[in-house]
Amino acid sequence: MRWESWSQFWAMGGYAVYVWGSMGVTAGLILIEVLQARWAHRQTLTQLQTEYAVAQLPVEDLM
Amino acid sequence: MKNINWFHYAAPQTFYGLAGKTWPWFAGLATALMLAGMWLGFAVAPTDFQQGEGYRIIFVHVPASWMSMVIYLAMAFWSVLGLTFNTRLSGMMTRALAPTGALFAFLSLWTGALWGKPMWGAWWVWDARLTSELILFFLYLGYIALTSAIDDTRRGDRAGALIAIVGAINVPIIYFSVKWWNTLHQGASVSLTKGSSMAEVMLWSMLLMALAFWAYTIALVLYRVRTLILQRESHAAWVHELKEVTS
Repeated sequence: MRWESWSQFWAMGGYAVYVWGSMGVTAGLILIEVLQARWAHRQTLTQLQTEYAVAQLPVEDLM
Repeated sequence: MKNINWFHYAAPQTFYGLAGKTWPWFAGLATALMLAGMWLGFAVAPTDFQQGEGYRIIFVHVPASWMSMVIYLAMAFWSVLGLTFNTRLSGMMTRALAPTGALFAFLSLWTGALWGKPMWGAWWVWDARLTSELILFFLYLGYIALTSAIDDTRRGDRAGALIAIVGAINVPIIYFSVKWWNTLHQGASVSLTKGSSMAEVMLWSMLLMALAFWAYTIALVLYRVRTLILQRESHAAWVHELKEVTS
């Protein structure tokens, strides 16, 4: 480990804004993309499950 | 050698199952590689004698820029296959790649600006490397906007394929821009022919991050293409027999 303390680590030798601005936005956007993909997949599955459930109903229930 | 019937795997039904089995492995690999790359990059790699700690931005900047170019070429590759063989999977793969490509192009520009400010004194310059990368970002946005504006999905696929193929000319322009023109952006520190001019730990953390982004892209594209397959095949019998649909 090459840092003497956490505060020294977070300070990044005076480049904190630039380094953490890069890492933070990268991590944030990756997280958003993953959550968005999962949300879209679940949404699609819910839609298909509803269609399937409706198709299982006896015909008279749909009248 | 036994002949592999690629068209069999390109059938949406087969590929749905195949992608479902493989994406978790790539996701796990991406996580492990990212942790290792960040550990090496932030805990082990020494301070740069010229750029201090600010150079650590390159651990995401360089891999993100590479991926933004690779993904565009992958889109062009699938588009050529799609236009040649008229396979349904090609259009879906191209569409699944585009958002991740746009993400990496944006990250390349964003981290580049954050590196440029302390090192060059400017967030942005109209340099050939930066400008051509910005055009790449716009090509991704154009692809996404065009394909989502066309209701007929197969027509949308073909229109998008044209953008992907024509736009691919920009990728070698980005790559060679630092050689062809006098740019403020520095030349490559890592080259296939000349090796690397970086310290070994720094190089390793950058390469680990590059592999991590590869694995991340593959995992996410496999995941996203499954959603697209379900949406497009929603009236096919096999979709209604899937256990995730009937349960």
